[in-house]
Amino acid sequence: MHVDEATVRRIARLARIKITDAEAQGLEGELSSILDWVEQLKEVDTDNVEPMTRVVPISLKQREDVVNDGEKAAAIVANAPMSEDNFFVVPKVVE
Amino acid sequence: MTDLTKLTLAEARDGLKSKDFTSVELTQAHIEAIEAGNAGLNVYVLPTPEFALEQARASDKRLAKKSKAGDLEGLPLGIKDLFCTQGIRTTACSNILDDFKPAYESTVTQNLWTAGAVMLGKLNNDEFAMGSSNETSAFGPVVNPWRREGKTDKLVPGGSSGGSSAAVAADLCLAATATDTGGSIRQPAALTGTVGIKPTYGRCSRWGIVAFASSLDQAGPITKTVRDAALMLKVMAGHDPKDSTSVDAEVPDYEANLEDGVKGLRVGVPKEYRIDGMSQEAAKLWDQGIAWLKDAGATIHEISLPHTKYALPAYYIIAPAEASSNLARYDGVRYGLRKPGKDLIDTYEETRAAGFGAEVKRRVLIGTYVLSAGYYDAYYLKAQKVRTLIKGDFDKAWDKVDVVLTPTTPSPAFAFGEKTGDPLQMYLEDIFTVTVNMAGLPGISVPAGLSSEGTPLGLQLIGKPFDEATLLRAAQSIEDAAGRFHAPDRWWI
Repeated sequence: MHVDEATVRRIARLARIKITDAEAQGLEGELSSILDWVEQLKEVDTDNVEPMTRVVPISLKQREDVVNDGEKAAAIVANAPMSEDNFFVVPKVVE
Repeated sequence: MTDLTKLTLAEARDGLKSKDFTSVELTQAHIEAIEAGNAGLNVYVLPTPEFALEQARASDKRLAKKSKAGDLEGLPLGIKDLFCTQGIRTTACSNILDDFKPAYESTVTQNLWTAGAVMLGKLNNDEFAMGSSNETSAFGPVVNPWRREGKTDKLVPGGSSGGSSAAVAADLCLAATATDTGGSIRQPAALTGTVGIKPTYGRCSRWGIVAFASSLDQAGPITKTVRDAALMLKVMAGHDPKDSTSVDAEVPDYEANLEDGVKGLRVGVPKEYRIDGMSQEAAKLWDQGIAWLKDAGATIHEISLPHTKYALPAYYIIAPAEASSNLARYDGVRYGLRKPGKDLIDTYEETRAAGFGAEVKRRVLIGTYVLSAGYYDAYYLKAQKVRTLIKGDFDKAWDKVDVVLTPTTPSPAFAFGEKTGDPLQMYLEDIFTVTVNMAGLPGISVPAGLSSEGTPLGLQLIGKPFDEATLLRAAQSIEDAAGRFHAPDRWWI
């Protein structure tokens, strides 16, 4: 599976990672060789095989629908690069 | 006084109990060893000596009143920097977490502190646990305390838990926590002559551990001996309501039956693991391991795990896919690094470009690609189906055998830079370990011998789900036969 530079840029955009021209060129080869290598999975007959959803067959536990955490806004924003009045501050999104 | 850092975890525990020394003395000895040795090995990214001494003093008080002492009372440990520690910087060795100080404690580390353990500091690892040599860390590589005989080239300690494995091998902690997504406990243990166990998926809570690939990640210890691993795992494991995938099952006293031997134990040897890339010495050691277990009364059975060769490629779809999704949270808004851009999207892109290293970017991009529109069925769904087949191979094997014996890695520790040029070459490090994560099984690596270069090699035992007790018992049998392996004496100081 060959991944061209345009695809690398599209994927990087989807992943929200800015890449330089040099990085894009390097990644073109690297991603292509990794995807080529995983192509071997095509050899495996997986008709009538269920995809794995969990390795251990347990059913999820339920708990009472009660509030058991909260009232800690200051702790939540404590690590924020920028905050004001317990809000996260981001660049303007809506004009 | 004897050098307290040379003790095993169990020996130190017994020494504290019989009052041969105090936890403060034991902790101080390790702090001094770290001060002298950390610059040379780069194992701790954040030593916490004052915090350690405070915990040690509290332990000594509890030890004075015997009834209050926990299972790990007063024993100094190293903590992989993937575990969130309240108020103490946690980075996953990535620039993107910057100066992140968690407001909470991971369940596994909380279990350790509740049992009285002492934290010496945070240990180096591959960035977000993505790597097999500890060379992708934002804090730089860890140096293996082992060197090739007569050589001075720096060797890697394995990864991603390279700080954990090197610190234990260099006596810079009594034991360490680690995590394993594709081999990150067992491979570094093998490369440093230490013991590493990845328990069954669900045995340890993942709450508060920086997530890499959530369906594969498990915590476990790296230790000097099998007994120490039993001791650590018992405390680390247990159900946690905060992790819905943690299993509500009793955690046995793993130490209790350690010496019961392997008489009658059925040991499987999978023919598919005899791969072309395996070194002769790894193959020879494997045969030696078979002979040891046989001599100890086990029966040996050839088994077939036909989908083995597809485990690694399937892993390199599933793990990056889950990573790309997990790492979406690092956006420069709520914590960690922020690089301001011209608008919000630009801020995300600049932040993630500056904060993630090359291997993390590569995996996030692979993951984004395989999950992108039109490719999901061909890659992710296909890989999850292959995963079902891999688990099915083991399910069939468990009708015939109780444990499976394999080498941990195809070859011993390699030099810095030897495999960084080619991602695929590095990925092959996990060829024997990754199947265990894919099937959610427990696996342990035990040091079993030295290569012709004088560096350690490990054997891996794989067990049935939640049967860590049998695994540890079989591992003890190998340790009894092989003996322990000590790194060359403190050349790094």
